[in-house]
Amino acid sequence: MVFSLRKHSPQPEKYTLLLEGVKVENVRLVDRISSKKAALGTLYLTATHVIFVENAPDTRKETWILHSQISTIEKQATAATGCPLLIRCKNFQLLQLIIPQERDCHDVYISLIRLARPVKYEELYCFSFNPKLDKEEREQGWMLIDLSEEYKRMGLPNNYWQLSDVNRDYRVCDSYPTELYVPKSATAHIIVGSSKFRSRRRFPALSYYYRDNHASICRSSQPLSGFSARCLEDEQMLQAIRKANPGSDFIYVVDTRPKLNAMANRAAGKGYENEDNYSNIKFQFIGIENIHVMRNSLQKMLEVCELKSPSMSDFLWGLENSGWLRHIKAIMDAGIFIAKAVSEEGVSVLVHCSDGWDRTAQVCSVASLLLDPHYRTLKGFMVLIEKDWISFGHKFNHRYGNLDGDPKEISPVIDQFIECVWQLMEQFPCAFEFNERFLIHIQHHIYSCQFGNFLCNSQKERQELKIQERTYSLWAHLWKNRADYMNPLFRDDHSQTRGTLRLPTTPCNFLYKFWSGMYNRFEKGLQPRQSVTDYLMAVKEETQQLEEEREALEERLEKIQKVQLNHTKVKAKQSEPSKHSGFSTSDNSTANTPQDYSGNMKSFPSRSPSQGDEDSALILTQDNLKSSDPDLSANSDQESGVEDLSCRSPSGGECAPSEDSGKDRDSDEAVFLTA
Amino acid sequence: MEFSDLIRTGRAQAKLLRGPEAPPLRGTLCLTGHHLLLSPGPQATSELWLLLLRSVDSIEKRVASDSGTITLRCKDLRVLQLEIEGVEASLDIARSIEALSSLESVITSFPFFYRPKGLRLGDAWHFHPPERYYKRVARETNAWRLSEVNEDFSVCPSYPRAVIVPRSVDDGALARSARFRQGGRFPVLSYHHAPSGTVLVRSSQPLTGPQKRRCAEDEELLRAVLLGARPGARGFIVDTRSSQAAKQARMTGGGTEAKAAYPGWKRLHRPLERGQPLQESFVRLVEACGDLQQSTDSWLRRLEGCCWLAHVKEALSTACLAAQGMEREGACILVHGAEGTDSTLLVTSLAQLILDPLSRTMAGFQELVEREWIQAGHPFQLRCAHSAFSHARSKHEAPTFLLFLDCVWQLGRQFPLSLEFGEGLLLALFEHAYASPFGTFLCNSEKERCLCEVRTRTHSLWSGLNQPKERRKLRNPLYAPNPLAIWPSVELQSLRLWQGLFLRWIRPPEPSEVAWEKVWQIVTDKEKTKLSQPTVSASEPQL
Repeated sequence: MVFSLRKHSPQPEKYTLLLEGVKVENVRLVDRISSKKAALGTLYLTATHVIFVENAPDTRKETWILHSQISTIEKQATAATGCPLLIRCKNFQLLQLIIPQERDCHDVYISLIRLARPVKYEELYCFSFNPKLDKEEREQGWMLIDLSEEYKRMGLPNNYWQLSDVNRDYRVCDSYPTELYVPKSATAHIIVGSSKFRSRRRFPALSYYYRDNHASICRSSQPLSGFSARCLEDEQMLQAIRKANPGSDFIYVVDTRPKLNAMANRAAGKGYENEDNYSNIKFQFIGIENIHVMRNSLQKMLEVCELKSPSMSDFLWGLENSGWLRHIKAIMDAGIFIAKAVSEEGVSVLVHCSDGWDRTAQVCSVASLLLDPHYRTLKGFMVLIEKDWISFGHKFNHRYGNLDGDPKEISPVIDQFIECVWQLMEQFPCAFEFNERFLIHIQHHIYSCQFGNFLCNSQKERQELKIQERTYSLWAHLWKNRADYMNPLFRDDHSQTRGTLRLPTTPCNFLYKFWSGMYNRFEKGLQPRQSVTDYLMAVKEETQQLEEEREALEERLEKIQKVQLNHTKVKAKQSEPSKHSGFSTSDNSTANTPQDYSGNMKSFPSRSPSQGDEDSALILTQDNLKSSDPDLSANSDQESGVEDLSCRSPSGGECAPSEDSGKDRDSDEAVFLTA
Repeated sequence: MEFSDLIRTGRAQAKLLRGPEAPPLRGTLCLTGHHLLLSPGPQATSELWLLLLRSVDSIEKRVASDSGTITLRCKDLRVLQLEIEGVEASLDIARSIEALSSLESVITSFPFFYRPKGLRLGDAWHFHPPERYYKRVARETNAWRLSEVNEDFSVCPSYPRAVIVPRSVDDGALARSARFRQGGRFPVLSYHHAPSGTVLVRSSQPLTGPQKRRCAEDEELLRAVLLGARPGARGFIVDTRSSQAAKQARMTGGGTEAKAAYPGWKRLHRPLERGQPLQESFVRLVEACGDLQQSTDSWLRRLEGCCWLAHVKEALSTACLAAQGMEREGACILVHGAEGTDSTLLVTSLAQLILDPLSRTMAGFQELVEREWIQAGHPFQLRCAHSAFSHARSKHEAPTFLLFLDCVWQLGRQFPLSLEFGEGLLLALFEHAYASPFGTFLCNSEKERCLCEVRTRTHSLWSGLNQPKERRKLRNPLYAPNPLAIWPSVELQSLRLWQGLFLRWIRPPEPSEVAWEKVWQIVTDKEKTKLSQPTVSASEPQL
């Protein structure tokens, strides 16, 4: 029986209410890798989620998709079996649904298009999301990451740097924070003058101060130099930055754009610093491509991931052709250049691109991460994102399409930064306190709009929206669950992981790898079936438990010896089976199912429906969705960690022997028959 | 012939460069019959540096006015550079290394002279006899027997003396079946999968030829295989050639099983790369890994161009197919290609690793290598004569065994807790297969090893590897026995380049070593805590 969708009203608030409880039955969810089995179930649209519940009575597996995660919806040509609907998500999940009735499919399509593109911030999930914390807890959550503390940790203010209130009430630059560190010798007059000579008035300000040698990383936007314009205050500003580092007689000015792009900007009255006009600067182009190139590159790489049974050569060729890893390397190289300038040469660096909020943010944060082990800790990494991305006005709303906007503004800028961190984690397994899951969850929430942290395009907008009073902070949520995000291999005591991370001197292209854990993360069959991280964390936890038990036992022992009880027989307290004692044998559900190895030859016909006995999918009810763990509500399928491998099981069900009538009649490129 | 004839210069002063990550060594260079030694000056703290000449794959010399540079490319993919004082001396040393590293005689090779402390000759040579595996099979089924029809290697020169065959087939029939199979490799048991009662059998191609000859005993043998499993059991023949290639083989006297002659058996073709093209792929991969000047894109292009990962994928999927046929479909599987000594063994050994938890233990894996590669007659001497650098390539080299090790590594990556051994063992096997002080990988078959008296005159690698001091390097600290089959993903995104091998001497080694130490520390911390747990009952005050 099919329920049709009710028509929606134009007012968004009412619209979401109307949609609640709408469902379509007999929808099939197609497994992308093996086209052989599709799960039959019911599709629900709620105000915040698309939910697919499988009919299989023993599992009732649920797939939840937040509307804000939806990237594109594609209605494909109607086939005999129904009307296919393809939903691509920003966290790289891909959902293919087949809806029996064309009319229903169209309704779902139209509704989702509207739901996936909210026009007002108030429609976003974070304004309705309620993790049942009281007001105080919420406020404390927002206080977890404190940037003024961070500048103090760097050793500021000091003789060279001071906190400036020039941008109080966002008077100078509306995309900058109000609290900024600038060189002591830079007067308000210089700053304001310099800001007038910079795109969107993003004047040079401190991003990171390296207290060991006074070198610093500053950031800005491009100068409005055109072909010949100069600005005395801007020149003084750069001079002030240089003077703030007494150990060096020049500064690097790093333009992260390709030279050609920067030159083209000169025609528009923008451009780059002329070395002749600024005393004691060394100017350097780095050549990171712009947001449009990056958007297309990701698109191409995802297309490669979507290929149906490609050959190894198709895959590697496609990966190369997308240029994605080349771009990642360019960002890394820029970060490495800056980190070396600061730590080895002791030279301060001013970084900019065009507006100074995309490539500049990437490069400054990669350099900081390489320089300072604090940013490689769980909390330090949150601080880093808060500092270089959130406070300095990275346009989260535009880049990640939280509200309906110009599709040309969308680009995976922070995704690239997160991947750079992963690439570093792969090279230095002991240098980071957090694990891959931490990165993946941050990526997820940048798009989910479940927490207020990444809303809007600037600090100013967030303040106007009163984000902190109306939404919750992701950082507090991650911190609360930090046990899940720990890297058991982290060694803060080792010479290699302390201080600046030293990358090999030789160029190592092969060190940059395709990040399957991110881009294929919803295809669990492609991931390693056993997790080293989880195993080691469990071992560590067990060790701790055993130690605690031992202490308790020793205490008891002392008591016993004191009392010298002669008649009571004290039973040895068996160490309780720890809750992790079961981890040692591998997860049956993941180890026990072969995939389709026969390729296109179809020698083993897949037989459906599968027995589904390996599944023990977590059933989420609306109740626990709303309560404890916001992450689970974001996506049950991902979070439960239980995947539907059975879909690729060749066992059980019907099969048709198809003798190969082709060229070789003698060969049995055919089938295994059921016994 | 005396080694001294080949040594033109005894010693010279030299500087040794061991890649960007290791500091250079200076000292006196000496050449012996089997080794290149660098002894640092008396004041130096570092120890004697030693290189087995057998492990040199290619040598390149360059001279300047008063010195020479020799680049040694080793079979384990290391690249070494020697800067030697004196033009004459360096040329002489280069020629001597060239001559000594390419000696072909087995019985003058180093294993016949190697007498390490703490090991006794003859140890561990009886570690993994076929009889031992037969005992296990006999406990599980009585459909099979141990046959000594090949006692004197006359029936099949590349088989061991004892093989496991269906109980109902007598030795006479085996001998006649052997005449119908290339190289005499008649179908023998490779693995008995107890849970399903099915078997994995391997052989070489049947000699059907253009006339489509048949052999009653061979047909009877395969019939007996099915009957031994269970009445009405079905079988699949996994031919590791394309159907085209199998058909073409008829022209040269080979061929494939005719459908009508083998009722109950069906044939599947899974072409696997072998021989020259596989070697070529290996060479190109190593070339690409060594080129540090290329851009990210050209690295990917070359990785694609060499096809190595595609071969890994094909090998793993074919093994999975065979394993799946047994475990999921309850069918018997016969694997063969042409000679049955290369890709056949690749498939049968990988299938066992997937299905059999015992073969994933340290001892079980060594047994598997011994039984399915060494005793099964993989011609190591021919296949591993040269590695990826040598210019003097004969057409017999092929890195089939390396491909096997790579596939095992992929399994270990996807199931990091399920193998008792770690990457260390795989790297050791790779090294020793190409150049070793031990006798285990010498010769091409049991027959040759008997002739050379390898068992009595050399040490076994297994006794070397199983010394307590070696074990920690080879073990996987995360191992937790997993009783299930391990089904790997063969999707492209799941397969990775084996950096630990192909980039072993190129990437900086420290980060992974530091991580490895940490893993061990976490695991041993737990063990220690467990051991130090006081037992109240023991120290309880007694009456």
